[in-house]
Amino acid sequence: MKTLRILSRNIRDSFKSVFRNFSLSLASISCITITLIVVSVSMILSLNVNNFTSLIEKDVTIVAFLKTDITEEETDKVYDEIITLDNIEKDNVEFRDKMDISKEMMASSETFKSIMKDWTREESPIQDTFQIKVTDINLIHKTAEEIKNIKNVDVVKYGEGMVEELVKVFDVIRKVSIAIVISLILVTAFLIANTIKITIMSRKREIEIMRLVGASNINIRLPFMFEGLTLGIIGSIIPIIITIYGYNALYNHFDGQLFTQFIKLIKPDSFVYLVSLILLAIGMIVGMFGSIRAVRKYLKI
Amino acid sequence: MDIIRMKNVKKTYKTGTTAIYDLDLNIKKGEFVFVIGSTGCGKSTLIKMLYREEKPTSGKILVGGIDVGKIRNGKVYKLRRKIGVVFQNYQLLQNSTAYENVAFALEVLGLPKSEVHPKVMKVLDLVGLKNKAKQYPNHLSGGEQQRVAIARAIVNGPKILICDEPTGNLDPKTSMEIMEVLEAINKLGTTIIMVTHDIEIVEKLKKRVVLLDSGRIVKDYKEGEYKK
Repeated sequence: MKTLRILSRNIRDSFKSVFRNFSLSLASISCITITLIVVSVSMILSLNVNNFTSLIEKDVTIVAFLKTDITEEETDKVYDEIITLDNIEKDNVEFRDKMDISKEMMASSETFKSIMKDWTREESPIQDTFQIKVTDINLIHKTAEEIKNIKNVDVVKYGEGMVEELVKVFDVIRKVSIAIVISLILVTAFLIANTIKITIMSRKREIEIMRLVGASNINIRLPFMFEGLTLGIIGSIIPIIITIYGYNALYNHFDGQLFTQFIKLIKPDSFVYLVSLILLAIGMIVGMFGSIRAVRKYLKI
Repeated sequence: MDIIRMKNVKKTYKTGTTAIYDLDLNIKKGEFVFVIGSTGCGKSTLIKMLYREEKPTSGKILVGGIDVGKIRNGKVYKLRRKIGVVFQNYQLLQNSTAYENVAFALEVLGLPKSEVHPKVMKVLDLVGLKNKAKQYPNHLSGGEQQRVAIARAIVNGPKILICDEPTGNLDPKTSMEIMEVLEAINKLGTTIIMVTHDIEIVEKLKKRVVLLDSGRIVKDYKEGEYKK
């Protein structure tokens, strides 16, 4: 009962003092708002970069060309061996018959058609293929080698050299974007904590009096903790609104893709709420711990 | 029975300055003691150690049975609840009324409103400010502000009241009024230790007087002994 009473008094007082020290509260809130907007934008950018790089990576396919004189049973055997490999998306191994490939080529060009139209299955120099997707693109080279070693596989192609370069570049882009977001969050935390510190420093006397009249340290920390929490929550409202409405508007404006169809934006559905939740959490946690840290200074002798 | 016991107390600040040397002082329950001496003699350090604003460097201080030197930072509140402290500059919350300032001391302890109200009104009555409960500190005179501070210090019913130059900012007439309030509180059984520069008051009240000089007690006058 007593704990409840102290808790409710603290929550009530935290709201009171946010309004009573309005100018300083406003400074804290604006600081939180502005920095969280920056964090939100960088997070949206970074997550989208991550998303489209992994989409492109997912599109990379290994093509295994089978020997021209291969029988149907042997083809089945090759398939069985491929799907036992580790780094393979089992549901994404597609067989393409050489006659189907011929047909497609003939359909695409008159020249091909005139050359290929009379080829029989036995005569055709085109090879049957398996198109294979891997789960981890970093291991693609090893997987390609393993496929190559399977009996009746003639040649394996996956854009070697280029794929490795692409993976490297994407890896750097991803790491840099994550580093930017993390450092921005840290800077935000530092800025918010410091603004709150100034707010609390102006209330040094209040803390001194609380100590003097026998308030325990926890009783002194609680109202400031709630106050920091309140500032954090209020400060994250505008960034959250901007995130939800801004990203939806951006997504609809560009029709879900940026400049080309290769750069697909993340669908806003749950994405904006996830980003908003992170913003709210940053605001709350930093607000709370910022004020606890600031008060702690006055609780030592 | 001694409510305060100080034995071989020494206080050296981080700067290397020693403010108190091997001090022994015992104060009985219900006593009224003045601590006097010139500026820098260690008066403030002495009483700051009593409410654990400063820690003794060596020696032992017992306040109401609590070993002040051994108490952890997180437990200082237990000591503070046994004592009331009054300062020269009142230390009131300017945004709160006289009533709220006094009630604050009870609210931080988690007392329900139904208990807070009668207690606050009782002490405001005791210090003669019942009619000014709703006034803010900047609408009160210096003497009245000090009364609010005293009311806040005693609303918990502390056994000890520590006063650090409570009349330092007040004119002689108002100072005497404050002393009357303190005497009344003392008569109710509260032990009072008061640091002051005001020799007139000390002479007039004829209480026990401890004279400090350069961090040492040079004279401990019994009640009525002290003369200018």
